[in-house]
Amino acid sequence: MSATNGQSTNGSTAAPKTPRTGGEVVCDAMLAAGVDVIFGMPGGASLPFYDSLYHYQDRIRHVLIRHEQAAGFAANGYARATGKVGVATSTSGPGATNMVTCMANDIMDSVGVVYITGQVARPAIGSDAFQEADVTGISIPITKHSYLVMDVDDLPRVMSEAFHLASTGRPGPVHVDIPKDVFLETTTETAPDQVNLRGYRPSKVGNARMVRKAAEVINASERPIIMAGHGIDISGAAEELLQLATRGSIPVVSTLHGVGTFPETHPLSFGMLGMHGLAYANFSMRQTDCIIGLGTRFDDRAVGKEDEFGPGAKVVHIDIDPAEIGKVLETDVPIVGDLKLTLQKLLPLIESRDRTPWLDQMNGWRRDHPSLKIPDSPDSVLPQEVVRAIYDISGGEARVIADVGQNQMWASQHFWYERPRMFFSAGGLGPMGYALPAAMGVKLADESQDVWCVTGDGGLLINIQEFNTLAAEGINVKVAVLNNAHLGMIRQWQEFFYEGRYMGAFLDNPDFAKVAQAFGLHGVGTSSRDEMKDAIAMAHEYDGPVVLDLHVDRVENVYPMIVPGTGVNSVIEDPR
Amino acid sequence: MNGTETHTLVATVADHPGVLTRVASLFRRRGFNIASLAVGHSEEPGYSRMTIAVEGSAEEVKQCEKQLYKLVEVVSVRNLTGAPAVSRELAMIKVRVRATERPGLAEITDIFRGEIVDVSKTSMIVQMTGAQSKIDRFLDVITEYPIEEISRTGVIAIARDDVGPRNGRARG
Ligand SMILES: Cc1ncc(C[n+]2csc(CCOP(=O)(O)OP(=O)(O)O)c2C)c(N)n1
Ligand SMILES: [Mg+2]
Repeated sequence: MSATNGQSTNGSTAAPKTPRTGGEVVCDAMLAAGVDVIFGMPGGASLPFYDSLYHYQDRIRHVLIRHEQAAGFAANGYARATGKVGVATSTSGPGATNMVTCMANDIMDSVGVVYITGQVARPAIGSDAFQEADVTGISIPITKHSYLVMDVDDLPRVMSEAFHLASTGRPGPVHVDIPKDVFLETTTETAPDQVNLRGYRPSKVGNARMVRKAAEVINASERPIIMAGHGIDISGAAEELLQLATRGSIPVVSTLHGVGTFPETHPLSFGMLGMHGLAYANFSMRQTDCIIGLGTRFDDRAVGKEDEFGPGAKVVHIDIDPAEIGKVLETDVPIVGDLKLTLQKLLPLIESRDRTPWLDQMNGWRRDHPSLKIPDSPDSVLPQEVVRAIYDISGGEARVIADVGQNQMWASQHFWYERPRMFFSAGGLGPMGYALPAAMGVKLADESQDVWCVTGDGGLLINIQEFNTLAAEGINVKVAVLNNAHLGMIRQWQEFFYEGRYMGAFLDNPDFAKVAQAFGLHGVGTSSRDEMKDAIAMAHEYDGPVVLDLHVDRVENVYPMIVPGTGVNSVIEDPR
Repeated sequence: MNGTETHTLVATVADHPGVLTRVASLFRRRGFNIASLAVGHSEEPGYSRMTIAVEGSAEEVKQCEKQLYKLVEVVSVRNLTGAPAVSRELAMIKVRVRATERPGLAEITDIFRGEIVDVSKTSMIVQMTGAQSKIDRFLDVITEYPIEEISRTGVIAIARDDVGPRNGRARG
């Protein structure tokens, strides 16, 4: 989406000069942006907008979620799966504040979502009216931009700017707060043909001199590594990444959001790096002489201890956001630009080189530190096995949405993602409760894809009310609950770092299969290996949403693990 | 250039409600220290000019400039620190003085090219314009007088025309 960085047309050129209500302006802007699903819940301040949605229901599908947080996460999933903008809506006050976590999540993960919130009518603003909250005041630090629309004549321009800002450059959430009476008023204004924001001109192709310098540095390196981030996916540069790696024989590691941007079964793929990254990916970062960071912000969970991260290595960093360059690592070759366009310029300058000694060394680590070996477990099913079973049964073709915690790490590790937009997870903010609603958005983005929500028991409970949405809307998501009866990641940290003083880590769970059934879903609970595999196979075949309550080992830990504040030298590997 | 020093950033921003909140919020959230902030109209209708004195290392201030750029309503940012520029601040200082002490204070004010803008039985108000350092020096010199109130505008700055290549993003 950011490849089309320039000015976006709003598509409303043909819009009639007949008066439109504020609500209709919002609906038209959605359609102009190619968005035909909106997630939300109505309320007093947004009722006029719902009246417009009523008249647009043949063109825009409204999905009634059961908590506004689910609206934001579903819109995030929809945006990530389509590359378009997701749209979520709520009423003023409590409805809007319920979406605050979602905005913070989108900005951390660079996801373009437009939030339409109702506001009390203009004369009431500032009077502490019923359900009034200063939500644009709240959303400033967690959005890319925000608007409080006080004049309906501004709304057509604001809406086209909102979709433009959300989807171009470094995507992010845009919040549009609309007073109730502005939804109702009419305007004959239409959006300008082109969005024109003087203070917003994202770069396109990186600087040519810097691109040449990057090629020189890469060509001269003996032990380069590509660190592939979310930007590859956003910019649609997976093909260019593949060419860069194969032409230069350059191994690739990915960040959590970069998972799948490079085919994970490719011999040059060395998996995910970072705190729970593969040991060999992290070992390689210690030895490399050239880090090629592509669309990554060198997040602390990926980098760990900065002085043990490629010590002495040259750093080439390409990103669309100038503020990310030099923020964490001192950078030798800084390039600001869209990745796809910039890589297209870089590729012809890359010499094909034999890097066998380096690859041999890396493959040696891969052999000696097989981070993905699943140990034998005669008495319990291991959660890793569940992820493997989903991989096997879906033929690696499922879209997987992970929640937060141990389940997230296993879902990233034990499935081989071959394409971008196959693995989704909230990596930056890490909000439990993301997976179920996000999976609904991913499913509605393309219903021909199999969609699996892999969640912990704790995270499921945070947005479990969405079982109702799955049932009511018939959204065909398969939910695999890795039920370890614990806030597993918390339990693991207390085991490792607090000498086993478990506090607030145990979960007294309900029977999730029965809960699912009560919501009208197909729910199955299992605790044996064979049942687990059968259940996954059944869900795979079943035409409709399924909830699998999979009782797994209660105390399994995620390995490898680099203890925060230490380097890769002190990585904890699976002792078994 | 690792030491902390005060940098002068001049930003052109769209004159929208809330723009000051956005800038202030950014500084607070990223932990940048504002020494002073002055806002007023610019030569162009619809745009304001902000002069922000920010404390930090060169790297921190660079990051601060980049984060400012990311605000949609910020059209340009220039770091005038070390560049040929004129910067001024206005201060008004109310000093408690007895009649006998007036000539002494008037003399110092004169040396600093300040102005006495008000006199009462018990106090005088001095208006001082100039570089921030000059105002600071003046305040150092008059420590023997009890100061009742100080009001300072914060620095405003403007680049001189012989400035080399612009330090900030070209205005679009
Ligand atoms: C909203 C929210 N609250 C708290 C946390 C802190 N936290 C991170 S992982 C985790 C445990 C998750 O437990 P569960 O969902 O069962 O997943 P598991 O680790 O067991 O796979 C917690 C509480 C969080 N990330 N998000
Ligand atoms: Mg759990």
